[in-house]
Amino acid sequence: MKVLVPIKRVVDYNVKVRAKSDETGPDLNNVKMAINPFCEIAIEEAVRLKESGVAEEVIAVSVGSSASQEQLRTCLALGADRAILVETDEDAEPLGVAKALKAIVDKEQPGLIILGKQAIDGDSNQTGQMLGALLNYPQGTFASKVEITGESVEVIREIDGGLQTVLLKLPAIVTTDLRLNEPRYASLPNIMKAKKKPLDTFSAAELNIDLAPRLKTLKVSPPPERAAGIIVESVDELVDKLRNEAKVIS
Amino acid sequence: MTILVIAEHDNKELKVATLNTVAAANEIGGDVEILVAGSECADVANQASKIPGIQKVLLADKPAYANFLSENMGSLVSEIASGYSHILSPATANGKNFLPRVAATLDVAQVSDISAIVNADTFERPIYAGNCIATVQSTDAIKVITIRTTGFDACPATGGSASIENIEIDNDLGISSFIKEEIAVSDRPELTAADIVISGGRGMQSGDNFSLLNGIADKLGAAIGASRAAVDSGFVPNDMQVGQTGKIVAPDLYIAVGISGAIQHLAGMKDSKVIVAINKDEDAPIFQVADYGLVADLFDALPELESKL
Repeated sequence: MKVLVPIKRVVDYNVKVRAKSDETGPDLNNVKMAINPFCEIAIEEAVRLKESGVAEEVIAVSVGSSASQEQLRTCLALGADRAILVETDEDAEPLGVAKALKAIVDKEQPGLIILGKQAIDGDSNQTGQMLGALLNYPQGTFASKVEITGESVEVIREIDGGLQTVLLKLPAIVTTDLRLNEPRYASLPNIMKAKKKPLDTFSAAELNIDLAPRLKTLKVSPPPERAAGIIVESVDELVDKLRNEAKVIS
Repeated sequence: MTILVIAEHDNKELKVATLNTVAAANEIGGDVEILVAGSECADVANQASKIPGIQKVLLADKPAYANFLSENMGSLVSEIASGYSHILSPATANGKNFLPRVAATLDVAQVSDISAIVNADTFERPIYAGNCIATVQSTDAIKVITIRTTGFDACPATGGSASIENIEIDNDLGISSFIKEEIAVSDRPELTAADIVISGGRGMQSGDNFSLLNGIADKLGAAIGASRAAVDSGFVPNDMQVGQTGKIVAPDLYIAVGISGAIQHLAGMKDSKVIVAINKDEDAPIFQVADYGLVADLFDALPELESKL
């Protein structure tokens, strides 16, 4: 079975992104870029499936600018066998990305597609579900455990208030949540080996995909600031403030 | 202009998130209809029909929707979508699960997790963990939207008397099935609906130490949450996580204990009305958003706080 892992290049999760002063967008000048943390978990899960003999091949794919090659190489260093870049300078929305991924799925016919539940830049949480609808595949979103059993995959999902277990017919889509696994670090020999692994590039036009955005971003502004608070000296003072100043406890 | 709101419920009770979502629909303006999809959920439809100002309640009561499987839910909503100007669902685990399938089937963009409405086609939504607020305009014929429930005060639950209409669409795609659910049983309020939330972070040092929060939560009627660091460290389950990738809360009082205040955590709680931080590190970023900060060892402060409430 082939496992396809779509990944995204995003601003590193430690960076506090600010809106540009003219409010035309986020200020991304000279910020550190990285693989989206949930995508890292997806790659790890796919590589573990290969290591346990369930998967034969792990293919990483990304839809983005040529700079995304850097994150695809990271995936190759983490254990993916080859990579595909659907190259576009458009800041593609989840629907466009899902259409591009469908084109790759049609070519590659993977048995399982594992991707992050959300990218930490747009925070949309849509791409996996949209790909599921376009392919008419079942989905196990927000997964904390994935187990292949014959022609199906059992997925434990993180839901409001607890866990839900679903059984999905393959081919299927899984989106990763935090507790699915702890991603490994790439070793230096594997980083060197990754440079020789195949990385194919397609343009959106070659795949006949329309990545034009449907949403117009009118402005990007900073969130409302909180007024500075005070430091209290004791638990007594805290309780007094909450009771008599903020009036939030009785 | 008619807006469809997808009800959040458990086949017995309508959840408050539905009322937040109806409030958002009312703010957009136009007729509002509610879809109650589930199994043996007629009680929920009755509750929904009492929300004031609703034109009608659509009831899809079929076994295929019993567990809100995204494949069947997405198929149902897509089938009834034409004719609506907007389709709204709360940004709950359920809404996030099935609504993008609807958007993709209709070939429209989804606007996720909106926190404010500018007008019928323009919305505000937090991006980059809430460090930026994007104002986006949808050019699609049908606007498919999930609602950040903390951005909209719940509308009244009673006073109306809408008609209930059964819909007979029975879309079991047969590609997924429900096995089981393990829902934590608790006497405490739900995290996203509680007026007071007390959360623990890495500073709690272990899952056992979270019991230090119990007594305070009991006295305040509070829900208990956690930071991602506490979840990652295995102290507590993920459904307690407050943050960018966990639950978004905005209670009247949020007490952060042993939480440093990483960007991801602040994204989930900084809209709380009053924030209290208890941390022994006076340089912890959490103090920058706290209304009241107490620099103290939580193992001393928590028992004292409990005794003084």
